[in-house]
Amino acid sequence: MNFNFKHEWIETNIGLMAVLTMLAISVGGLVEIAPLFFIDKTIEQVEGVRPYTPLEQRGRDIYQREGCYACHSQMIRPFRDEKLRYGHYSLAAESQYDHPFQWGSKRTGPDLARVGGKYSNEWHVQHMVAPRSMVPESVMPNYPWLLSTPLDTSDTAARMKALRKVGVPYSLSQAEYDANVTKFGETVARQLHIPDAQKNLIEQAHFGNYDGDRSGISEMDALIAYLQVLGTMVDFSKYSDDEFVKYR
Amino acid sequence: MAVTSYSGAEQYNFDIVKKFAVMSLVWAVVGMFVGVYIASELAWPFLNFDSPYFSFGRFRPVHTTTVIFGFGGSALFATSYYVVQRTCQTRLISDGMASFTFWGWMAVIVLADISYVLGHTQSREYAEMEWPIDLLIEVVWVTYLMLFVGTIMRRKQPHIYVANWFYLAFILATALLHTFNNLAMPIDLFSMKSYSLFSGTQDAMTQWWYGHNAVGFFLTAAFLGMMYYFVPKQAGRPIYSYRLSIVHFWALSFMYMWVGAHHLHWTALPDWTSSLAAAFSILLLMPSWGGMINGIMTLSGAWDKLRTDPIMRFMIVALSFYGMSTFEGPMMSLKEVNALSHYTDWTVGHVHSGALGWVAMITFGSLYHMMPKLWDTKLYSQKLIEWHFWLATIGIILYIVAMWISGITQGLMWRTFDEFGNLKFSFAESVAAMMPFYAMRAIGGMFFLTGTVLMTYNIFMTIRQGKRENAILEAKLTAKLANA
Repeated sequence: MNFNFKHEWIETNIGLMAVLTMLAISVGGLVEIAPLFFIDKTIEQVEGVRPYTPLEQRGRDIYQREGCYACHSQMIRPFRDEKLRYGHYSLAAESQYDHPFQWGSKRTGPDLARVGGKYSNEWHVQHMVAPRSMVPESVMPNYPWLLSTPLDTSDTAARMKALRKVGVPYSLSQAEYDANVTKFGETVARQLHIPDAQKNLIEQAHFGNYDGDRSGISEMDALIAYLQVLGTMVDFSKYSDDEFVKYR
Repeated sequence: MAVTSYSGAEQYNFDIVKKFAVMSLVWAVVGMFVGVYIASELAWPFLNFDSPYFSFGRFRPVHTTTVIFGFGGSALFATSYYVVQRTCQTRLISDGMASFTFWGWMAVIVLADISYVLGHTQSREYAEMEWPIDLLIEVVWVTYLMLFVGTIMRRKQPHIYVANWFYLAFILATALLHTFNNLAMPIDLFSMKSYSLFSGTQDAMTQWWYGHNAVGFFLTAAFLGMMYYFVPKQAGRPIYSYRLSIVHFWALSFMYMWVGAHHLHWTALPDWTSSLAAAFSILLLMPSWGGMINGIMTLSGAWDKLRTDPIMRFMIVALSFYGMSTFEGPMMSLKEVNALSHYTDWTVGHVHSGALGWVAMITFGSLYHMMPKLWDTKLYSQKLIEWHFWLATIGIILYIVAMWISGITQGLMWRTFDEFGNLKFSFAESVAAMMPFYAMRAIGGMFFLTGTVLMTYNIFMTIRQGKRENAILEAKLTAKLANA
């Protein structure tokens, strides 16, 4: 075959150049991203991971709004020092309901993937309002407005519906609710039922009393409810040390 | 001289180039000021003022968006419109479309900045704009693509000049990345809030595929396009190697898209993906240095210009920083190095050696070359360019040295154990150790910002001077015609 390629063909033909460029830039993404949706081992099989309750999800919205990801990661790496400082390394399964992910890229402050349960609610409130009163070295901004701003709960159901559309198993129908009972147990399934979102949110806020003030629901209530659940869903004592290595 | 460029004003649409070039400087000043401000917030936290609007978390995307898309983006629009018209020897196919890209892009920057301050964000780094702004970007970008390709189709030369290949790759890649990384479900048609279509691992991979290629195409390929036109022009010599430009263009376009996952080393992303990304990151050193060599060697035989021409100095220092950071990048994508560098200020320093050293410096050089031509005059002050050059260079060095020290210190402190095998330092101690370097970084930023302000003043005076000269010329011409 006498095929004498000349780069000049491309240089003199904008259509050909655009098509070839498009091909060149498409391969990498296709090879690296597409398989992640199909390879079963990408997400570990693990018990306990559930979607957020309405209050926790609203707290996550505030976490996003304030740009916490700019300084806090939520991704513990499999190193000895990180295990000692933060706990078991993060699993893919633990962020499977996170739209969007909040793994972060910078630790100006510490990792928060397993901050849940490490500090009391009172500590968090004081730390949010005046971080340097708890940690003198801290460079975190003060967030006093979280305590004084009532949580807007009017669109909670709309938010859950949007999340349901992108794949989070919040239930609308009885059939979906029943499926959740099978998958997560009744207590959790009730929290995931969209028609009861408002009721569930208020109940959790009052029962949890996260900001120390039962007279209303503040943004602080929601944010602390979210922080306190981070990294607590999987019970790692149930699994052997080697269990998750095979997924890596 | 005056006569040729006078006809040039009709042959080409320089009005749009002028608008974008001026706004590029405006956004540079705004974005770098916000950068200095947030850097100062880290050094002196009282600057957050207990205000939601100025707190670091909401303010940081204002900085990144304004410098990347406001300053960088406007400079790319300006130079690409200039280069495509000059090299194709034809006018942009539509003044209306060009004008739309200008007003649309300005609206994107203003709306994005306001929305972040008010708390609307997708919390995806460098893609924080919420869905309505993303849609506006999409429309502006498709218009840009049609205008650019359409103009190339009307070229009077059979060959498409190499600078245009890079601009084309940048426009196509940005369209692809922007579209897929911003797939999201709004909670309501009248709400800014949306949730991303993907979650967890897949979402992380998509975001960093975008994130790194915002660097690869927006901040690299496109600025290489700028380099391929303005360096030979300023040096008065042809590009060093035509063959090298072909090889490194295709290699760069192909390889960049693979490397995003090196931002996710040691995370819950499967190892095969991040290992593949690391391998391509190392390979990428070659096309990157291909571009650097092609730019720097263009000056061979005219090295004395470095002594006499401050604009040339901007360009050559830019290429040197490009070479430096494209070596540092592959090194940081090695898993062992990344284990230390990731999550620390080292990454921030790396980004800025690219963004300040390469992107901003090549832009300054190109704008200094182009803007006097647009207004048909000479630069107001060479002395101020010298000052700008040194302020910028000292600023960058202060910045990246501070971040190297703080980043490596942080990384080492986190993994230091005492003799009993416990962690030696608390996290708070590592934060305290950063303080002098955060102050040093803020000061470096102030140097760089001061240089940019000097440039803006210099250009402002240049434009005024150009307008005055033009008015005098026109008056003379009218008088002559009246006499005749």
